[in-house]
Amino acid sequence: MKAFARLYAAIDATMRTTEKVDAMVEYFRAAGGKSRSLASLGMTEMTDPKDAAWAVYFLSGGRSKRLIPVRRLATWAMEEAKIPEWLFNESYEAVGDLAETMSLLLPDAIASTDIPLHRWIGERLLPLGKQSEAAQRETIVQAWRELSGNERFIWNKLITGAFRVGVSQQLVVRALSRASGVDEGVIAHRLSGTWNPEGESFSALIATETQDADISKPYPFYLAYPIEDELEELGAPNEWQAEWKWDGIRSQVIRREGRTFIWSRGEELITDRFPEIAAAAEFLPDGTVIDGEIMPWKDGKPLPFAQLQRRIGRKALGAKILSEVPVVSIAYDLLEIDGRDVRGESMGWRRAKLTEVLAAARAAAFVLSPTVPLTIWNDARNAFAEARERSAEGLMLKKLDGAYGVGRRKGGWWKWKVQPFTADAVLIYAQAGSGRRASLHTDYTFGVWDKGTLVPFAKAYSGLTDDEIRELDAWIRKNTLEKFGPVRHVKHEHVFELGFEGIQPSSRHKSGVAVRFPRILKWRTDKKPEEADTIETLHALMAPTP
Amino acid sequence: MLLRLAEGGLYCEAGDFYIDPWEPVDRAVITHAHGDHARWGCSSYLGSREGGGVLRTRLGPASSIREAEWGEVVDINGVHVSLHPAGHILGSAQVRVEHRGEVWVASGDYKTDPDPTCTPFELVRCHTFITESTFGLPIYRWTPEGEVFDEIRTWWSANRDAGRASVMFAYALGKAQRLLAGLADADIGPVFTHGAVERLNRDYRDGGIRLANTQYATAMPRGTQFAGSLIVAPPSAAGSMWLRRFGEVSSGFASGWMRIRGARRRRALDRGFVLSDHADWPALLSTIENTGAERVWVTHGTREPLVRWLTERGLEAKAVVSQWTGEEDNDPVEIAGEEITA
Repeated sequence: MKAFARLYAAIDATMRTTEKVDAMVEYFRAAGGKSRSLASLGMTEMTDPKDAAWAVYFLSGGRSKRLIPVRRLATWAMEEAKIPEWLFNESYEAVGDLAETMSLLLPDAIASTDIPLHRWIGERLLPLGKQSEAAQRETIVQAWRELSGNERFIWNKLITGAFRVGVSQQLVVRALSRASGVDEGVIAHRLSGTWNPEGESFSALIATETQDADISKPYPFYLAYPIEDELEELGAPNEWQAEWKWDGIRSQVIRREGRTFIWSRGEELITDRFPEIAAAAEFLPDGTVIDGEIMPWKDGKPLPFAQLQRRIGRKALGAKILSEVPVVSIAYDLLEIDGRDVRGESMGWRRAKLTEVLAAARAAAFVLSPTVPLTIWNDARNAFAEARERSAEGLMLKKLDGAYGVGRRKGGWWKWKVQPFTADAVLIYAQAGSGRRASLHTDYTFGVWDKGTLVPFAKAYSGLTDDEIRELDAWIRKNTLEKFGPVRHVKHEHVFELGFEGIQPSSRHKSGVAVRFPRILKWRTDKKPEEADTIETLHALMAPTP
Repeated sequence: MLLRLAEGGLYCEAGDFYIDPWEPVDRAVITHAHGDHARWGCSSYLGSREGGGVLRTRLGPASSIREAEWGEVVDINGVHVSLHPAGHILGSAQVRVEHRGEVWVASGDYKTDPDPTCTPFELVRCHTFITESTFGLPIYRWTPEGEVFDEIRTWWSANRDAGRASVMFAYALGKAQRLLAGLADADIGPVFTHGAVERLNRDYRDGGIRLANTQYATAMPRGTQFAGSLIVAPPSAAGSMWLRRFGEVSSGFASGWMRIRGARRRRALDRGFVLSDHADWPALLSTIENTGAERVWVTHGTREPLVRWLTERGLEAKAVVSQWTGEEDNDPVEIAGEEITA
């Protein structure tokens, strides 16, 4: 546990990605990665590979099940800390994190042990689920008395099922790759799906034989830059291909050796999430890789992104949701054909081949990305003006003679995004954030005018600078009209320009509308609350339902 | 009531004076030189001898300041006023007010932990104790100073080995000097300071406080290499152009607020060091108890929990809403007559 706590502290103690990765590499090397100079790394002992397996699991976002109700834990913590419930609650409000609050309130440890992580998990944590309440209390309180500082915090996070580290799975993969010398794609594949830290061995994860993983490997995604200049600067319109820009899930569909793999841009394997596309991929010839956008799609038209979110949030995909929110892959590029990497071919060539491949597959879940005819640049401008009506996010412009690049590169692909919807709204409620924003009021609810009263219509958490957050927080504290638990009703004084991506009628919201991805664009200190928008203005933004 | 809350601040009617007023008044008794306690524009000030230098730096040399020794009784219209060390920063005082056998003590800001830059806190028995409560929740428990300084040294040496400068943000008056005093014998490479810190270092050194040797960063010639050094700057310097000259840095912040992980994370700092010039929760409780006071006013910070805790233990406690804040992390440092930006 100590080594893991040190790793956690090292990751937590830096804002630099490279240092986070370095810390993980050091830890994994000590657990049997390619270790050349343990002594120079300050490692006096090896990390048990069983610990490392759990570390991989937790670092890459795996959760422990919550085995004890948090209220019960909180009660034991209060008893140990000898403080009343109201004071515990006040403390929790200031910290914003239950595991941390308990760690800070509990008396200092009176003993010290260095039981390895896997035994903490296997012998103390996992059995909790089957224990009586008294036995649970005994285990938990004993742990509190043995652990201090970060270790206690981590333990509390684990028992509340809320352990999170500030690294992405991609970084964990990178660190494992560096520690072992095994390719990142191979590690990512081995970790994908249901990797179980109890059953799987760490050494298998970093083993150098690679045949199993190769076939799933995606290509790095080519990403577009936002267009900055006038279209005319791009040269002749006939050198370009224009397509609608869709707001879905960027993904690669891989069909190799009779198997299908769907990867998201975050290099997450999402094959199981989209059975329709996985099924359609069986009609693709072996050695095919298609780049596209997964979209909720019905009757030849896109559904709002919110519908796709309903699906993403679910563990099990029932027949109902599958029929309500079917998906397709809007296919726009072909990266591999007959097992050959064709990213170096021109866009025009790849598009032609893609058209052939899809025509041969005749699978409804693959929709060839529609293009916009371009004779003069104004064709693009006219199409762009229609984008929102078509539920598209804007236009993509791709150079016809360009290759498929790696990562975000200027030149070949440009994105031209529709500006977000905006409205001026008044701050009505504020609530303290959690995590890094605990104890500052950072969760805001905004309202627009409806016949002389403000109706809440959007919540936003982002868009202000840290300085503005602090300034607003100070104002909120001084201008609270009422408190409902953690929520403060504040004076109707400050106006903010909010941006949002979509707006839909909603019976679940008091205002009658639901907006997508609202965020603060600007603190309109120049506006008085009376000048904020009305609900009628919002209704007018809603496109007629298709 | 010997003291009451008036428009301009905490007021003693019998003696016709204010303690740390927030509006200009005729007679002000000042606990310490932080901006929320010592404000410009009063006709006369009474402060501690020990804090005279910093108070003059804050208020300007033209201010009429009477300096009193620790414990010296000053008669103000028949009311006996004396100053007693509060242990918060150099010269910080508690104000003891006695009239017709009734004793009140206003703490200003205080801490009971050791600090080489000021006279240690003195417990003063009283009937009514007016306390701060900046860290008035049981989540605030300080680590011994020695451990914190060890952590700082370890952080600095890891940065030095990585070829980086260590930038430590610390409140320019008090915390910065406590750091520099704590590191005076630490064999830590060159130490550079921000102008706001350096100006106040002078007052501390004039007051006989031994600080680590420092150099004023802005005065260093172009091309100076800062890798491996420690830079002490006020929190307001975070994210400023001024920081660019130091090249690659690791940032740290020394403050009691750093006890909470989220408080560090939201400032995007690399490291937080829990080093406070205020009493933590156990120290607040023990101090209040040891003063023997039956009545307790809580003026600033997290007031309500402390008031409730004390009330449940049979004391007559109440929250008194002052304009004191305890030091907020980003208070600009005000120095009279000087434009100190970097």
